[in-house]
Amino acid sequence: MSTPDLTAAGGHGAVPVEGVPAGHRSETPASRTDWPLWEVFVRSRRGLNHQHVGSLHAPDAAMALRNARDVYTRRSEGVSLWVVPAAAIVASSPDEKDSFFDPAADKAYRHPTFYEIPPEVQHL
Amino acid sequence: MAPMAERSPLVTYALRLGDDALVLSHRLGEWVTNAPQLEEDVALGNIALDLLGQARTLLAYAGEVEAVGRGEDDLAYLRDERDFRNVHLVELGNGDFAVSMARQLAFSTYQLALYERLQSSTDETLAAVAAKAVKEVDYHRDHATQWVLRLGDGTDESHRRMQAGLARVWPFVDELFGSDDIEQSLVAEGVAVDSSTLRPGWDDYVDGVLAEATLERHEGLRTPPGGGRRGIHTEAMGYLLAEMQSLHRAHPGATW
Repeated sequence: MSTPDLTAAGGHGAVPVEGVPAGHRSETPASRTDWPLWEVFVRSRRGLNHQHVGSLHAPDAAMALRNARDVYTRRSEGVSLWVVPAAAIVASSPDEKDSFFDPAADKAYRHPTFYEIPPEVQHL
Repeated sequence: MAPMAERSPLVTYALRLGDDALVLSHRLGEWVTNAPQLEEDVALGNIALDLLGQARTLLAYAGEVEAVGRGEDDLAYLRDERDFRNVHLVELGNGDFAVSMARQLAFSTYQLALYERLQSSTDETLAAVAAKAVKEVDYHRDHATQWVLRLGDGTDESHRRMQAGLARVWPFVDELFGSDDIEQSLVAEGVAVDSSTLRPGWDDYVDGVLAEATLERHEGLRTPPGGGRRGIHTEAMGYLLAEMQSLHRAHPGATW
């Protein structure tokens, strides 16, 4: 089975990096060098959302979940875990950074800062 | 130090449980930086620390009941080989990863069954230790199970090595279930668990894992006489203690 053209960075930012095998289960046995990469999301006791905390290598989903438990929740950081094959994440490209993000920089009117908040509105 | 004969059965029992945890903790610690992946370093390190936590409580309790002024550090670092009460299985050298996973499956399956029952011990401290540890050990058994399944039902090479790992540890399984007068005297009081009664449950679980992993039991191998519970150990134990105790003996009371 050929290796699909998938790469992804681990850790913090999901910026594609050459040569990082990700999220692909090959038919040939995994060795210590080609366990796929998984992104880890933890829901903390306090929060409502799962948040990305980092990545790890694991041979399959079940082991990824267990590794995530050991690596990222050993200090009571969470009550729920997601692991996602890094290859399943579609990341924006650094090349598209200008067209993707710069146009938002000068659109101050998109922030609701021009409204006067009535005094009786609380917790806004 | 109190001679063996003066020890109460409860002290001996707490030492047996504590020494099993302490010695296996040390063995698992040896994997850190040597496991197949960084993630596995952390996983085995976590299991080792769980066991170390159990050992600390149990040894501290043994020292408290013994009441001759020995604390957990004295018992861990200043006893000689013949005073350790752990089974041979936990002192067995790590071997390759499959040997260590076979050892972990065998021990954690036994320890989980033991702690599940010990939670209802009439001894409050032992019951509390067991109640806390049972969740930890449930995970240890799962971790070992996952690996035995993957290696057993993996490649030809991983299957071969997993089967060889089982062959390495199998002769040491019987000792886990060897009860004696000391244990039985505590069983009668509702303090201890009769370890011989844990065998059927152990067989059921391990057989289930082996079947799914396409592995076979190793019946018929010569079973060594055991003796760990009486302080008779294998050659591996002396080396293990030398490493574990050297720092404390060279620098008594060292802390960091």
